[in-house]
Amino acid sequence: MPTAVANPSPIITTGKSLTYVRAFYGLLLRDLYVLRREIMPSIVRIVMNPLLFLFVFTYVMPHMTGGAAMNPTARMAAAGGGFGTVLLPGLMAVAIMFSGIAAVALPLAQEFGITREIDDRVMCPLPIAAVAAEKVVFSAMQGFISAAIVFPLAYFIPTPRVVVHVTSWLFLIVVLTLSSLLAGALGLTIGTSVQPKQIGLIFSVVVIPITFLGCVYYPWAALGKIPWLQYGVLINPIVYISEALRSALTPTTGHMGNLSILAGLTFYLVLLSWLGMKGFRRRVVG
Amino acid sequence: MTDTIVDIKGLRKVYTGRTPVTAVDGIDLQVAAGQIYGLLGPNGAGKTTTISIATTRAMPTAGSVHIAGVDVVKHAAIARRSIGVVPQYNTLDRSCTVQENIQFHCLYFGMSRAESRTRTAQLLDQFRLTDRAKAYPQALSGGLAQRVQIARAIAHHPKVLFLDEPSAGLDPQSRIAMWEAVGTLRNEGITVVLTTHYMEEADELCDRLAIIDHGKILVEDTPAALKASIGGEKIYDLRMKEAARSETLEARLRATEGVTGVESIEGGLRVLAKAHDGLLASVVTTASEFGLRDVTTAEPSLETVFIRLTGRDLRE
Repeated sequence: MPTAVANPSPIITTGKSLTYVRAFYGLLLRDLYVLRREIMPSIVRIVMNPLLFLFVFTYVMPHMTGGAAMNPTARMAAAGGGFGTVLLPGLMAVAIMFSGIAAVALPLAQEFGITREIDDRVMCPLPIAAVAAEKVVFSAMQGFISAAIVFPLAYFIPTPRVVVHVTSWLFLIVVLTLSSLLAGALGLTIGTSVQPKQIGLIFSVVVIPITFLGCVYYPWAALGKIPWLQYGVLINPIVYISEALRSALTPTTGHMGNLSILAGLTFYLVLLSWLGMKGFRRRVVG
Repeated sequence: MTDTIVDIKGLRKVYTGRTPVTAVDGIDLQVAAGQIYGLLGPNGAGKTTTISIATTRAMPTAGSVHIAGVDVVKHAAIARRSIGVVPQYNTLDRSCTVQENIQFHCLYFGMSRAESRTRTAQLLDQFRLTDRAKAYPQALSGGLAQRVQIARAIAHHPKVLFLDEPSAGLDPQSRIAMWEAVGTLRNEGITVVLTTHYMEEADELCDRLAIIDHGKILVEDTPAALKASIGGEKIYDLRMKEAARSETLEARLRATEGVTGVESIEGGLRVLAKAHDGLLASVVTTASEFGLRDVTTAEPSLETVFIRLTGRDLRE
């Protein structure tokens, strides 16, 4: 009987943390590689929603006779630079959130339910939670890219000039990072808790409500006349993303306090990461 | 003495739920380095669960599994460095080509890009996959996909490769190709643990076998020793018109020279014997008086071993 041959690979002797870092990097590299190959469909996906929204609401409508009257928030936003200024952070928030859904929730739902492709990646020399965290980080990268793609659209398309004013670049980078990670964690939670055949339903039951009630198309402060809704929407994590970008980019429209924003983003990032990682573990370890 | 690579002690797995199911019920198992080891048993015997726990994809209810000395529950991520897995279903990355599948796997396990490329090229060649390197997994036949999965699973030089039902769903030709591929792993010093419910596969491939049923190991030995345990070189199954008179016949057969055992089977008797000229004739002559309807002869197989141990057919 042949005896064991000495392992020719050097990897077995490497330390634990280096092994983890390399595995994490490998997973990230794979995701970025696949994203690069599918870059055109991704860009179309990112661009379509804000492009049409901006075109209809901030270009077509203002050009229509009495168009401004048809736009309920036009008057409210007029002081701060038009509806376009309200929409810019909101549409960026939606784009970031969708990147979490598209980069994590949809692929995971499919991999868990149908193809089980995830099984090979789960067999990496990496703790399960880190495999899940890689998905969140990858999604956050896509969130940044989406935000960067939507910004010029939302800045240049609207007819009344959009008023952008960055007081603190650091704050902008911090909230963009937190928002992108939060969107990834949301995607992880949805992807691990939903059966693939229900993924269509998720759009109607989760994605659309959190978008419409996420202070995307109106600032949170403007809900002041409907107090039950103003406080009700606080359970929606998208509210903090929209308000964070509003505070960082278009503070003239009025926004939630910075501390509340950071607290909301951090709370939901921790909560959804925890839920998502728990769900991930439950789905991959029997 | 050879090293123990897979060490399973007192393993139990109970799936809790409305009706709790005990999938693994106290399994102890040691696999020596360099062996091809088979877990043979019917579907639902607990083979896949045992493998899932050993490969860190399921948590045991009790007991422990050490792979190359590493506890798979306490240090799952580190244990995975020594483990290669080919599950029952195709888990190839559908977004990457065959080559990329292997290459990224190498990167996950810490190889540099250059090392990954070299290792991938070598594996593609070894498993005769070079001409399909650019194909996507969706375009591969079951047999090819299985080969890619094996190549990928050993890419990081694991100490032990787990194959779960490797020939399920393969046509006979692909099955033989897969056996060859697994056979070559022996030369590389990779220990292989495979589950199967095909006796021929267990017989052909494995150095040692454990026969598992209802989450327990019934017997564990080399295929040859297991077959020899039947106690005969020939098996004659006699189908009788009336089973009622078989007791007298049983006694008469036992007295026949060369017969090592007689046992009841449905509709007749099974005679185990050491083959010699004229034995079949005398068995048939004796049985004819008692209303012999039909006789079939066979060599002992792992299936006979299994039926003997459980009273059931392996394929059920």
